[in-house]
Amino acid sequence: MAKSTFVYVVYIRATPERIWIALLDGEFTRQYWAGENVSDWKIGSAWEHRRTEAMGSVAVIGEVMEAVAPIRLVLTWADPADRGNRSHYSRVAFDLKALGDMVELSVTHSDLEGTTAMAAKVIQGWPRVLSSLKSLLETGRALETWACS
Amino acid sequence: MTDTDVLFKALADPSRRKLLDLLHGSDAQTLGELCTHLDMTRQAVTQHLAVLEAAGLVVTRWRGREKLHFLNPTPLQEIYDRWLAKFERSRVKALRDLKRRLEGTHDG
Repeated sequence: MAKSTFVYVVYIRATPERIWIALLDGEFTRQYWAGENVSDWKIGSAWEHRRTEAMGSVAVIGEVMEAVAPIRLVLTWADPADRGNRSHYSRVAFDLKALGDMVELSVTHSDLEGTTAMAAKVIQGWPRVLSSLKSLLETGRALETWACS
Repeated sequence: MTDTDVLFKALADPSRRKLLDLLHGSDAQTLGELCTHLDMTRQAVTQHLAVLEAAGLVVTRWRGREKLHFLNPTPLQEIYDRWLAKFERSRVKALRDLKRRLEGTHDG
C-alpha cells in the first residue's frame, strides 16, 4: 500500500519549553487533545494516547524514537489493533523552532497508509489538535469542540 | 496586512484554490507535477505557490534534490474556529429559540 507524508505547521506565541511540556504532559494534552499522552519519554520507551472519554481506552500506541527537549520529538504511531505489526506503524516528528517570541511547530506524519481509517483520523485530527493547542497556549482556552467537561 | 488578510487574499484566487485542491489528500508534489495539472506557465505556478507559502497554506520540504509542496490545512482550521464555528453556533441557537417560541405559542 502506498505510504504518504503529511506536514502541518502552526505558529504559536509561547516558549519552546512550554510547548514541549504541552506535548508530553498528560494533564496538558487532555485540555486540547481530547486525551492523555502517557510515557516516560525516554528513547525506546512505549507511549500511548488515552481517550478522555470511553473510560480512558487507548487510541494510539507507539515508541519514542528521539526526544531532544525542547526541539525535536519523534514517535512511532499505530492503532492498538496493529500492536507489534511494524508494517502498519507510521511516524510522527515534532520540530520546534523559536522565531522571536513565537515558535514554529512542525508536525511531519510520515509512512502513513493513505486509505486506512487511521489515516483519515490523522489527516482530520492534526489541524484541530494544533489549532486547539495554539488557542490554549495563547488564550488559555482550548477549542470548544475539544473541551472536555 | 495582518496574517488573516494574507490568508484570505491567498484564498481569493481561483488558481490558488485549484493548487490547494491538487495538494489536498495527496502526497507531496513537486512544481513539475503540479504544473502538469494546470493550464498555466511554470512561472505563474511558482508565483501562486509563493503566495500560498507566505500565507502558511503550503509548506515545502526538500527530499534529496526535489522540493516538495505540502498542503498545510492548519490556517484553514484557524479560520474555521475564528469565523465559522461561531456563526454555526448562533444558527443552532436561533433554531433552538425558534423552536422554543413556536412551542411556547401552543402553551399560550
